[in-house]
Amino acid sequence: MSKDYKTIEHSSALQRSGGDPDMKAGPGLLIHRIVCYVVLTFFSLLCLFFFYILIINATRAHYDIMRGFSFFPGGSFGTNFMSAVSNDTIPILNGMLNSLIVAGLSGLLSVYFSAMTAYAIHVYDFKGKNFIFNFILIIMTIPTQISALGLFTMCSDWGLRDTYIPLIIPAIAAPTVFFFMIQYMKSSLPLDIIEAARIDGSGEFRTFNTIVLPILKPALAVQMIFSFVSAWNNFFVPSLIIDTSTKKTLPLMIAQLRSADFLKFDYGQVYMFIFLAIIPVMIVYFCLSKFIIAGVAVGGVKE
Amino acid sequence: MAQPAAVGMQAPAKKKGGIGKYKKWGYIFMIPFVVVFLIFQAWPLIQTFYYSFFEYYKTGLTWVGPNFCGIDNFAAIFDFSRVNLFALTYNTLVMWAIGFIPQIIISLLFAYWFTNVRLRLKCMGIFKTIIYMPNLIMASAFSMLIFSLFSDIGPINEIIKTFNNGEPFRFLSNTWSTMGLVGLMNFMMWFGNTTILLMAAMMGINESVIEAAEIDGAGSGQIFWKITLPLIRPILVYVLITSLIGGLQMFDVPQILTGGMGSPNNTTLTLIMYLNNNIGTSRNYGIAGAISIVVFIICAALSLVVYYGFAQDKTTREANKRAKAALKAERARRGQ
Repeated sequence: MSKDYKTIEHSSALQRSGGDPDMKAGPGLLIHRIVCYVVLTFFSLLCLFFFYILIINATRAHYDIMRGFSFFPGGSFGTNFMSAVSNDTIPILNGMLNSLIVAGLSGLLSVYFSAMTAYAIHVYDFKGKNFIFNFILIIMTIPTQISALGLFTMCSDWGLRDTYIPLIIPAIAAPTVFFFMIQYMKSSLPLDIIEAARIDGSGEFRTFNTIVLPILKPALAVQMIFSFVSAWNNFFVPSLIIDTSTKKTLPLMIAQLRSADFLKFDYGQVYMFIFLAIIPVMIVYFCLSKFIIAGVAVGGVKE
Repeated sequence: MAQPAAVGMQAPAKKKGGIGKYKKWGYIFMIPFVVVFLIFQAWPLIQTFYYSFFEYYKTGLTWVGPNFCGIDNFAAIFDFSRVNLFALTYNTLVMWAIGFIPQIIISLLFAYWFTNVRLRLKCMGIFKTIIYMPNLIMASAFSMLIFSLFSDIGPINEIIKTFNNGEPFRFLSNTWSTMGLVGLMNFMMWFGNTTILLMAAMMGINESVIEAAEIDGAGSGQIFWKITLPLIRPILVYVLITSLIGGLQMFDVPQILTGGMGSPNNTTLTLIMYLNNNIGTSRNYGIAGAISIVVFIICAALSLVVYYGFAQDKTTREANKRAKAALKAERARRGQ
């Protein structure tokens, strides 16, 4: 923090000597900057506070947690971890694996097939193309919850209850991924390449898989992350579809935790459960935050 | 959302590499998307519509119906003597607003600071990374965390007890504090995302516009209110409406926080929580269908506002034009 502070002063001093329009702002600008940093730091700390407490509490024993806040980690991380993973009513490791399967497959399917659909609209001319394009844009904002009743009864009729099919397959039709892909293709997929591939005798399907997909890689990666995270965090649909405890995904286990009697909790274990549900996504986020934030911004400009 | 609309309208005319013999591939590549959409979204939606006109529920172990009952289900959800649509919508919208109002204010402020050329703030990358983080966190886990911290025996109450003669403040037995916690979580989860969207919009403003205003002697406050805000209005509308649509779908956070009860006394029960109860626990498909259809109609109407609102955004273009002309005149005057 202190280092930043000097640089700010330095740069504002430079501006003053440079005689640009900032000159009349003078000390006002410095105060403005300080206010900005204070407010930004406050909200950043607010965001970090709850997660810091979560991580700290995951390392503390139950009796220690009940005494109140602490800003220093305790020594019970191992104990909490072992008691969490050996809990039979909430098989958390099973849940993490289930979530990984569901989210991983949904992510892959949604980027692959939505890119394919975007490719169809972008490259080919056919009847009904504009209708389909506009139709997909319209369905983009329609929430999936409203068809949940139909999905639920349909899955009951077809014996798809308690399977992952209704959680994974619908990801193939992902309007937001489609839209992002088509925007990306407009800016970075030259049609000449496809023409050239045709002249070289490549089939259309092969062209898409071996030439087009590699070009789309950056966009695919960003959308893959978003699809993965939303499937990982999805609560509403799985809560209706999945019943067996070994098939439950993480959000359902969190719900199970909530419906237990909270006065009898081992809180070290509870925080460990929450920690395990959150941490994989957080690790991915902090490794790739630059790309993720750029992805949000690009989506925003285009949308 | 609507810019896409505009893009879509321009797209048709261009002839792309679609000579006759390749045409069929356009259809082939669309098959998976269209088929899955029809089976897993369109058909369930039709089913939902269908059930909304039927009496169809489970009592004990026996099923009643499906018997056609006209609009009885819709009449039932407008019945004020029980849990009704207005109360649910009110609960949902109040919790949405508690989160959204601070969210839009803080996001506007941050986006303005981040894009302000004169401020030249450092470490923006770190701030952006931190404030966007809660958006990716599992809402149900976040809600469970807040529940643990604010429960009657949680650490927050340990602090409150020391000031309150050993009495805890029961956050979850009180409508406003429960709503406040939901609003706080929604705020934290979404203000980073909104900041990034608004930043992108503000960076898209033509710099000459701001320059012209500065030459005319406008202060930074005036520039913000009279130039930046009107110019990003389309994105503001987009943020407002998508947030509203998202707010109407509010489920995870209040569901976990109140254990699915909407406690105290159904005052924090949202539309989708009620829908979930009717599908999953009480198995009243008629009511569930009627709720779904009403939410569908509201969301569709809101989406159309965005879709058409963007297409005809004259103000932006006019303001840009005017500013450019002013700058040109100014330059010419100086040049002489």
